This record gives sequence, structure tokens and C-alpha cells, in this order.
Amino acid sequence: MANADAMNLAVKAINLAKWFGEGEARTIAVKDVSFDAYLGEMLYIVGPSGSGKTTLLSMISGILRPNSGTVAVENMDIWNMATDEIAAFRLNKIGFVFQDYHLFPRLTTVENVAIPLILKKIDWNEALKIAMQNLEIVGLKDRAQLPPVKLSGGEQQRVAIARAISSRPDLLIFDEPTASLDGDTGRKIVAFVKENILNDKRCIIIVTHDSRIYEYADRILKMEDGKIIGLETGDFHEE
Amino acid sequence: MKGILKIAFKLLVNDKGKFAALLVGITFAVFLMIQMTSMFAGIMARSSATVVNIGAKIWVMDPAVNTVANSIPMPDYVQDAVRSINGVKYAVPLYSSVALVKLRSGTYQAVSVLGLDDATLFGRPALLEGKIEDIYAENGFIVLVDSEFRKMEYPKIGTEFEINDNRGVVVGLAKVTSSGLFGIPTLYTTYSRAVTYIPSARFTTAYVLVEPKTASDIPYIKEQVQKLGYLALTDEEFIQKISDFYMYQTGLGINMFIMTAISFIVGLSISGQTFYTFILENLEKFGALKAIGAKGRELVFMILFQATFTAFVGYGLGVGLASFIVMSARLRLPDYAAQITYMNLADAFIMVVIIAAISSYIGIRKVLKIEPFDIFRS
Repeated sequence: MANADAMNLAVKAINLAKWFGEGEARTIAVKDVSFDAYLGEMLYIVGPSGSGKTTLLSMISGILRPNSGTVAVENMDIWNMATDEIAAFRLNKIGFVFQDYHLFPRLTTVENVAIPLILKKIDWNEALKIAMQNLEIVGLKDRAQLPPVKLSGGEQQRVAIARAISSRPDLLIFDEPTASLDGDTGRKIVAFVKENILNDKRCIIIVTHDSRIYEYADRILKMEDGKIIGLETGDFHEE
Repeated sequence: MKGILKIAFKLLVNDKGKFAALLVGITFAVFLMIQMTSMFAGIMARSSATVVNIGAKIWVMDPAVNTVANSIPMPDYVQDAVRSINGVKYAVPLYSSVALVKLRSGTYQAVSVLGLDDATLFGRPALLEGKIEDIYAENGFIVLVDSEFRKMEYPKIGTEFEINDNRGVVVGLAKVTSSGLFGIPTLYTTYSRAVTYIPSARFTTAYVLVEPKTASDIPYIKEQVQKLGYLALTDEEFIQKISDFYMYQTGLGINMFIMTAISFIVGLSISGQTFYTFILENLEKFGALKAIGAKGRELVFMILFQATFTAFVGYGLGVGLASFIVMSARLRLPDYAAQITYMNLADAFIMVVIIAAISSYIGIRKVLKIEPFDIFRS
């Protein structure tokens, strides 16, 4: 079982700590956090505002360097890499769905989805072809040539998901995926992600404080004041 | 990198309002710059028209002369002394003055009169109509067909006029390389007739035109002329002296400089501000690109490309607009002095590059400073 766990390990965070400012102005955002995330699971990081969940998410996705501790994604210590290597690692291994989507309003939907592929220097037409396939996965093929501003909030969320999976990442990071959506649309989106995007070779980590979508979580990591206060496994649908 | 630049291109041109504002800013700046500098170049070229048209290699003059039109007559011995200098192939006098002519319609018109050496007619213009020997005929004058020609009421061969109560007859029409600056027609006649017809001071020789035996004789000739108390300049030096006079001893140069600087500042302000706003509006998107995995240098290339593309398109439009205006103005206003030179175009190009560099520097600083972590914090 231990070997199986090791093989499925997507993220291993050990003793992560992050603080901002120095001296009396020092604010500790995350302290001594350790956890594992596995391929094939949907892990939620939940907690009140200011609990450190976004800081933790940034450290495990190679965006914010921790003051101490290590993060291994697929057994690679990402904070031992050079800046450009981390950028390349993010591009190839991690997909991001931002809270505000951050889609380019001046590009078409399909061009937005193709961005990670273009960053990977894939030929423009080939990138658009793959992007179109991803739009088909999220059910927005017929919206491909529209600018994102012409789409609803839920559709924009799905475009962001299509963009995040463009480079076939092993780790998908969702930051407050339901914050800009109504309850019903939010639940539908997360259900869709669990059914269609999550697979045995992919780990999805979601930061949220929206308890209405807890039912889709495999495990929930609870944070408060920069520390993990609990890790729950079970059928959250029943709660 | 091709794909990234395509994204940069689409981000830029699909934001039609900002792209148009950027282009208007740079086009307007380039137009103003070229308009101002071409006007200056045109005035400079025209101010030296006589030097160019006469075509003498060395001009001997009073040291106080600043422009070709304001000559200071020299005594006749200067010409004899110059002729005796070793290395001088020949030296001839040139008469230059302004006179009033009474036209057929009865109106008076100021004209510039150039009197050519009777024996050699050195500096004579290329004739469009008539024969050069007719200049020796009684009352013979040659009229230049330049931008001021119409002010002589479009004379033909045989047309008569009065000059200082003397009869004048047009015996030839000539073309020249450059029109003059002061907006008056130019007449050529012989030196002796000019001196006879036009009231003169004690001395009558405006310039002594010198042909050296070889180019290597020029320094010696200049030295010997200086010993006489006069100044010998090559045609290029004389043109430069005239330009320097207008540039530094009149308000023309500084005014042109101020106008050009203002057009640069206006262009920089409009383009810089618009580009900065464009970057600010897309800043979070650039941050998201960074988070996704774009490298800093890729974002720098995107911004440089956007700034350069806008600058080049704006430059092209500005040059086109300035050329169109100058051409149109010339068609309607023959006196219009603007002249677009390669130097004008190069100056405007350098300024556009500076505008693009400053605009993109501001944008690049902003984009490189944004942390992907800020995107998560929204």
C-alpha cells in the first residue's frame, strides 16, 4: 500500500512556511504545513479568509517561494529549480484555473485555450486544433470563435478549464472556482470537472470556502491561521 | 516565439480604440516632426539657391557676408589680385543686387538681378528657350522659370519691361536647380549691363567666382585671399555658412527646434500614455501568462513587438501624411519651401524609436514587476 501511495503521489509538501515582512511587521501566512496529494483525487483546501490557503496553493504550484520547507510535484523538488525551469515546469505539469478566469478579451475563445500550447511553442494551427478538441470536451466548440466577453460566467469558467488542461497537466489548481458563479452553476461546473477532467493520472487541488461544493471532494484539508487543523476523508455528500 | 508574437499582435490590433489612439499619437508626432524639419530643410536649400545655381567652386567675398543675397561689394582690384594667385585657373566677377521692374500691367515687382561676367558668362543657367548669345543683345535679360516666374506675369521671349527707367527685353527663359528663398523672380544679364542699369555703390563686384586648377590648390588660394583681407569659401562651405547663419544667428533654428521638440513631446505623451494604459489594462493577463508558465523575456518580447509594430506603422502613416501635405501644398503654392530629405526621415525615425523605447520601457517595468501570486490574490 505504501508503494502504491508513493507511485500515486502528485504533491508532497513538507514543513512549508511562509511569512511576509520582517521584524515587528512580520506576518506569518503559512507555518509548518505538511500534506500529500495523490493522482486521481480531488483535494480541497478550505478555510476562512486569511487562513493561508491561497499562499499554500501558490507555494505548491511553483509561484511563491516558501521561506522554509520543500514541495515535490511528481517527486521533483520544484524549489530547487532555477526560475526559468520552474516556469517551464508549471507550463508542462500544472494547469491553473484562476478565480477571475483571466481570459484575454481581445482573443477568441479558442485562441485563449491555445495559449499554454503556444507558450510551449507548438505551431499556431496545431495549437488551435488541440484547443478546439479541449473546447469540445467542455462543450463549447460552437463558441470557439467568440470573444470570452460574449460568454456567460459558467461558460468562461469552462473556457478557463479547457485552457488549464490544454497542456495535459498532471496537477490542476483551481482557485475559488465558484466565487463568481451562482450556486447551481458552481456545483455543475465542479461536478463536470470531477466527471470529465479528473482521471487516474491527474490530481486536482481546489481552494474554496464554498461549502456547497464539498460533496465532490475526495479529501478536505482544513486550514486556519496558516496551519492545518484537520484532514477529512469520506462521503461529504452525506453531510 | 512566432506564436507569442501573434498573440501580442492580436492583443494590440483587436483593441481597436487603443490601437487607433496609439497610431494617431505617433502619426501626428511624425507628421509634425517631418513637417517642421522639412520646412527647415527647404528654407536652408533655398537660402543657398544662388550658390547652387551659379555652380562656382570657390566664392571670394567680404568676410562679413552671411548670406548670398546680402553681398558686400568689393573693389575691382580684388578680382585682379585673385587672378594672380597661383593655382587659379580663372576668376570672374559676379554682380548681385535687387531691383524694381515695371511690368506690362504697370505693376512694380522686385527682382533679383545677377550680372554674369561679359567675357565668359560663367554661372549662366541652362536655357529652356532662347539662345545664350542673345544676352549680349540690346537690353537682353534671361528670366528664370522657377516658383516665382508667375510674378513676372509669365513673360515670353520678346516681352518687354522697365528696369530703373531702362528698357529690358526677355531674350531667354532658363531653368535652375533650386528656387530662391525670398519670393522674388531672378533675372540674368551681363555684368556690364547690370552695373549700367541698376544704381550701384562705389564698388560693384558682389563675388569673385574662382575656378582652381586642381582641388589641391584650394587651401593655398584660400590662404592668399585671406591675406588680401577677404574670404574664399568653397561652394559647400558657403552653403554651410549660410545655413549656420539662419540656424544660429536668427530665430529660425531655435524655433524649428522648439516645434520639433514639442511634436516629440506630444507624440510621446499620447503614445506613452495610451500604451501605458494598454499595458495596465492587460497587466493581470500578463500576470496570468506568467503564472501559466510564460518566461519574463517572452513577455518583454511581446511588449517590444507591440511598441515597435505601432511605432513603424505610425511612422509610415506619418511620413505618408507629411509627403501628401507637402506635395499638395506645392501644387497649390509654388513658393512652398518644404523639402523632405533623407535626414528629415532619419530624424523622425530616431524620435519614433525613442518614443517606442520609452513607452515599452514603462510597460516592461510594470509587467516584470507583477507577481503571479498577485493574480491568485486578485
